[in-house]
Amino acid sequence: MNTPESHFNNGTAVAALFGAGIGCLVLGLLTLLTKVSSTIENALDLYRPTGPVSGITTLAVIVWLVAWAAMHTFLRNRQMDLHKVYIIVLILVGLGLLACFPFFEAPEWGG
Amino acid sequence: MGLTIHELITILHGMVMGGIVLLLFPVVLAQLWCLRPEWITNKGLKKYLTVVKGGTWVISIFSWLTVIIGSYLPYSWYRLKPPISAQLMTGRDLMRYPAAYLIAHPNLSAWEEVAMEWKEHAGWIVPILTTAVAFILTYYNSRLLEEPKLRKILFTFLALAFVVAAMCGLLGALITKIAPVR
Repeated sequence: MNTPESHFNNGTAVAALFGAGIGCLVLGLLTLLTKVSSTIENALDLYRPTGPVSGITTLAVIVWLVAWAAMHTFLRNRQMDLHKVYIIVLILVGLGLLACFPFFEAPEWGG
Repeated sequence: MGLTIHELITILHGMVMGGIVLLLFPVVLAQLWCLRPEWITNKGLKKYLTVVKGGTWVISIFSWLTVIIGSYLPYSWYRLKPPISAQLMTGRDLMRYPAAYLIAHPNLSAWEEVAMEWKEHAGWIVPILTTAVAFILTYYNSRLLEEPKLRKILFTFLALAFVVAAMCGLLGALITKIAPVR
């Protein structure tokens, strides 16, 4: 079949992927930080019944959206090596997922 | 029906919204996999793109609803603190406080300390990834046919989101089986 004729500029896709990767990493890092620091845990306890999850996820979503918007501004007209982008974002998401594991877990209570 | 409002909302979170997300993932992944210029006709392209884009947005919206409702309603009931020390409560009374019940039983505590701890955070990765993929699919639309690398990347991240969503769903179902929110 015929594919549409157009110049393909992948900067917008790269910005969205990097933004998501950064959001996932921040989610994991904040989760890890609440396990090692009670100060951070208390600071992120925005909604007491849910506990620090409320602050972790709110902050991660804000960072994700800001990172995405910033990346979009800088990268939208650029052409990038998708293979490198793929590897970097995969590492960011993988680290985010890994950091969500409770390595330093102590039972916590809310309510 | 003998179900409490807490149980109904937990069902809405896990089985209805989470179920829709998990059922749609394979459909969208299959369509995205087949989105290749050598496999589809010009006529089929529009149909494939509509299903892939629409399906990914539906997954994205429902996964946002699933994590927001799950984190702020069932999870807050799950982690309610017992009024007195868990050691002083009988098993039946303690069942009203699922997290406390799991912690009080050494053979079950990993469900709270590892499974729920991972699930409650990692689940939020699913809407972040699916929203990014949905946006890229919508933005590039038919131009994606020119970029097999980008299609493969989108497929990989969508598949990764599916695996995470499935793991969260499975852990949630198992935890609810052991210590249900009432």
